[in-house]
Amino acid sequence: MLLAEGLRHAFGAVRALDDISFALHAGQTLAVFGPNGAGKTTLLKVLAGLIQPRAGRAHIEGGRGAVGWIGHQPQLYGHLTVRENLRFWGSLYDVPAAEQSRRETDLLSRLDLHAHAERPVRALSRGLVQRVAIARALIHDPRVLLLDEPFTGLDRTAAEEFRRLLAGQTADRGGRVTVLVTHNVEEGTELATDVAFMRAGRFVELAPRAGRGAAAIADAYRRAVTGG
Amino acid sequence: MKLLKSGRWITLVGFALLAAVYVRALAFTPVERTQGMAQKIFYLHLPAAIWTEGAMILVGVASIFFLFLKDQRIDRFAEATAEVGLVFGMLVLTTGPIWGKPIWGTWWTWDARLTLTLLLFLMYVGYLLLRGAVTDPGLRARYAAVLGICGMCLVPFVHLSVYMFRTLHPQPIVIKPSAPSLPGEMLATLGFSFLVFTVLGVGFVIQRYGLSLLRDEAEPHA
Amino acid sequence: MWRHAWRLARKDLLIEFRSRTAILSAVVFTVLVLMVFNFGRDPTAVAAVDLAPSILWVTFTFAAMLALNRAFQLELENQALDGLLLAPVSRSSIYLGKLIANLVFVGTVEAVGLPLFALFFNVRITPVLGPLVVVIALATIGFVAVGTLFSAMTGRTRFAELLLPVLLLPFMLPPLIWAVLATAALLAGRPLSEATGWLRLLAAFDIVFVTLAFVLFPATVSE
Repeated sequence: MLLAEGLRHAFGAVRALDDISFALHAGQTLAVFGPNGAGKTTLLKVLAGLIQPRAGRAHIEGGRGAVGWIGHQPQLYGHLTVRENLRFWGSLYDVPAAEQSRRETDLLSRLDLHAHAERPVRALSRGLVQRVAIARALIHDPRVLLLDEPFTGLDRTAAEEFRRLLAGQTADRGGRVTVLVTHNVEEGTELATDVAFMRAGRFVELAPRAGRGAAAIADAYRRAVTGG
Repeated sequence: MKLLKSGRWITLVGFALLAAVYVRALAFTPVERTQGMAQKIFYLHLPAAIWTEGAMILVGVASIFFLFLKDQRIDRFAEATAEVGLVFGMLVLTTGPIWGKPIWGTWWTWDARLTLTLLLFLMYVGYLLLRGAVTDPGLRARYAAVLGICGMCLVPFVHLSVYMFRTLHPQPIVIKPSAPSLPGEMLATLGFSFLVFTVLGVGFVIQRYGLSLLRDEAEPHA
Repeated sequence: MWRHAWRLARKDLLIEFRSRTAILSAVVFTVLVLMVFNFGRDPTAVAAVDLAPSILWVTFTFAAMLALNRAFQLELENQALDGLLLAPVSRSSIYLGKLIANLVFVGTVEAVGLPLFALFFNVRITPVLGPLVVVIALATIGFVAVGTLFSAMTGRTRFAELLLPVLLLPFMLPPLIWAVLATAALLAGRPLSEATGWLRLLAAFDIVFVTLAFVLFPATVSE
């Protein structure tokens, strides 16, 4: 469902992606761990179609309409209410009206936002905004979900809650492919079915998680990326 | 460095030739009947004006090529040409009033050429300011190209409207859009000067391009 | 494309009219400029009808600048531009949406400004209202089209509010001059045929630059 073949990209002389290839199928969640500057965000942007890579290709079944994105920017309009935001973003993805209402109600209740549905987003707390951002990313029921350092700026409790909500969403939508990039190994491991370590634009390791816990992954990461 | 050197040589030759132009202009070309010695500045003014406009068209064409080919060299060329256009524009805008004051008694008139050059000058200023304001080099080149193309497309409109405007409000016609009605020797001096300005323009662009190249090599991510 | 553009424009206008700051300041500014011009002139020395076209267009130009400055500000504030680019919405739709929203904004200010202008300066616009509206529409489309394109570029730069007017100035002058001349001809009661030359230039300018903006806009947002 998601295919990357020989992706290469550079910004000027800096190599951001160096021959990245992998494939993901329905139900898989790939967590990409890497230090800042490893090229993680670039990878996501190439997958999403925001950047045209210098070489190689990325293919997502369903094109841009099948992609949902959660980053550190909530991408919500402060002056609009929660519901208006959802309706706007849904309309850009051509979600039919009946579906739109159904999904709105569904997401609002699942994410416990019903009480705030008619409030403008700028009046909401950071934690609530994060939840609305999840709703926004899922309103068009994307088959592929891309997460760019979603835990940034969240304290432990908020991050935990976010992870829980995300896990709930991902589990329900069994056929979804998720790619999560982060530099924080502890926070990303639990959601993953597969794990990749990225350094200087390359995958130094790509393997199934195989039931390993956060500590084991963190260990493997340290060894792989910092070289011992 | 090679570029800079050859650029400097060309420029030096250009300046030497410019001096030659003026020797010819002062000693061998007749003095214009009504305008007297002030008219001699014309040999600087007109070629510079033509090249100010020409440079904008070059920037526009280069910008189009850049958007298709994405070659950084084209962008450097556009930047160099824009700066040279700016300099030539300044020359026109200063020689214009210097010429105008003794003849019409005013420093500025809204005649066709000066107005067009003023707008071109403003466009060059905008172009270079935009380049200065964008830090990311890839973005900078693309934005500059967009502006360059728009600038080039504006030129025919300004031409049209300025000349149309002049037919309603007659001004002292200094430079006619029709065939120049100048005596042979003046025309020859003018032609010579135009060639010299071309040489100078080329020299300047090459030097500026060379400087750009050096800068880009020294700071690849600047 | 039109569908998406319309939804984008609606979103912008909804936010704009809800927050009200920009539209109010634009209208207040218009009134202010008109008043200053009125008090600044000597009624015995200069007939209103001579200065009127220039005054009208200076006012409209400033209003347009106010609108354009905040054009992409909205996306920047909410950091939503990436979201728009991720959606299956063509780049041209994004431009068209912004253009429509900006035109409605500026149009609203002009719709308030024109009657006020007629009132303050005692100018009879009703006999030439039709052609006058055409002139205003054509000129506005011209500089808003270019301005929307440029604001996409200046939005992220350091001196955005200063840079946009500087870039836009050479592109606003020709349509502005033609609009002033056409307005002058109309207000002075000259036959319509005198203004058509300027109208044709305005129309040509619009066609060229709207097309150019559509073609070039994707280059300003791609990576």
